[in-house]
Amino acid sequence: MAAAVISAAGLARTFQTKRGPVEAVRGIDLTVREREILGFLGPNGAGKTTTLRMLTTLLAPTGGTASVAGHDLAADQVGVRRACGYVAQSGGVDPSIGVREELVTQGRLYRLTRDQAAARARELAHDLGFAGLLDRKCGTLSGGQRRRLDIAMALTHRPKVLFLDEPTTGLDPGSRADLWDLVRRLRDEHGTTVFLTTHYLDEADALAERLVVVDQGVVAAEGTPSALKLRYGGSIDASLQDTFLAITGRGPSPADVTPVAV
Amino acid sequence: MLLHDTGLIYGRYLRQSLRSRFALLFGVLMPLLYLLFFGPLLTRLPLGPRGSSWQVLVPGLLLQLSLFGASFAGFAIILENGQGVVERMRVTPVSRLALLLGRVLRDATVFVFQAVLLVLAAVAMGLRAPAPGILIGFAFVALLTVALGSLSYALAFKVRTPQEFGPLINALTMPSMLLSGLMLPMTLAPAWLDVLSHLVPFRYLVDAVRDAYAGSYTSTHMLYGVLVAVGFATLAVTVGTRVFRTAGA
Ligand SMILES: Nc1ncnc2c1ncn2[C@@H]1O[C@H](COP(=O)(O)OP(=O)(O)O)[C@@H](O)[C@H]1O
Ligand SMILES: [Mg+2]
Repeated sequence: MAAAVISAAGLARTFQTKRGPVEAVRGIDLTVREREILGFLGPNGAGKTTTLRMLTTLLAPTGGTASVAGHDLAADQVGVRRACGYVAQSGGVDPSIGVREELVTQGRLYRLTRDQAAARARELAHDLGFAGLLDRKCGTLSGGQRRRLDIAMALTHRPKVLFLDEPTTGLDPGSRADLWDLVRRLRDEHGTTVFLTTHYLDEADALAERLVVVDQGVVAAEGTPSALKLRYGGSIDASLQDTFLAITGRGPSPADVTPVAV
Repeated sequence: MLLHDTGLIYGRYLRQSLRSRFALLFGVLMPLLYLLFFGPLLTRLPLGPRGSSWQVLVPGLLLQLSLFGASFAGFAIILENGQGVVERMRVTPVSRLALLLGRVLRDATVFVFQAVLLVLAAVAMGLRAPAPGILIGFAFVALLTVALGSLSYALAFKVRTPQEFGPLINALTMPSMLLSGLMLPMTLAPAWLDVLSHLVPFRYLVDAVRDAYAGSYTSTHMLYGVLVAVGFATLAVTVGTRVFRTAGA
């Protein structure tokens, strides 16, 4: 078994709001192995984004510990930042700025020299299939092109771990399939560990090798898609939809699920 | 690293400002209108013991430029938070202090540039003031911009919509302007107003710049002005950096 590249124990975050405390993440334990594509699956509001923001140092946990690529989240934030790339659901480019300028600035934020950053921008644009768009403004790109640019920004420093927050939300089917291919290729060619959140079951099924299902801020189940189907859906041929509903306790319970194939 | 990072952030936002030339010039419009249509009303009033009314009005307009301009700097953060730009930068190893300093130094550059335009216009209208005094005035504009810009960015992380941010800033800047005697010196005020105005930090800055424009560089006003401006800027940058570290959470 490959070594753990991410491990978290009891990771928690409570937000203090005007209407009282909100326990967004209530104690997450998980391990992600090197070169794994992990699907972090859960309904809206389950705490997926909050967990990602903690693991990438954007948000301080209010409880628990974690380490990413051997760097402790609390003690070595810069180490964690150097090891991981992050694509937020909203992306992260300014629509009024040129594609090349954003990529070069990003390279320089990761402490590349001017020449290195320019070369890396060309290389990434070529690799991710938007070499022809370098001189366009970010705001003129299509949804699928924007996503590839966002991912390129996060790959600038060749991170060991890539965090993607709902990477295909809002994309058309063709762009989604392209993105799935890109994620697989990153893992296969560069050995990148990919940690992606989604609330699309087909995406989790098609892309992730292992799923961690979160609900209301805690891990509700984890395993390969087929193991989860067998255990919670009642059969390896159960739909992930039924499995998911069984796990999160909304909709039919396992006993009520009509076996899909008997 | 701090210098490298600050330079990088500064460059990114300065290029952004240079791309919108119109916005760059638009900022001087309000103080310019005061200069053109309000300034001439003062020329025959006995505003101070020394110098012309222009030496009293122009320092106030310079700080007004910075007060109204820099306080609204946070609007950009609200937009960038929506676009994910701030998080994308915060997830890199870039210095948190640089994320703030690069932005406020860009703001200081923009407002000092506008201040130069305003002073040129004022000279054409009849302002005469010693060159060192004018340079000191620009330094105060820069310091005030750094201070107010930092606070404005910090506030923008807490108030997450432009609809709340705009009215809030207006509610803070309008009384500040009136109470600090930017338009007319507080020496004209009744005692209660004069006392009240000493609670507003800008009062000390405008008094110092008026002294500078009159050629007295070692007055008590100047000492207090420098202390308040430097202290205020240091405090504001500290608060602002903390907010960039935690993103207001
Ligand atoms: N900054 C915040 N302040 C207060 N509550 C928050 C904040 N961020 C997230 N939450 C709350 O935490 C819960 C989990 O949110 P999130 O992690 O975004 O879920 P997901 O990404 O799984 O949809 C939600 O109830 C959300 O409203
Ligand atoms: Mg989310």
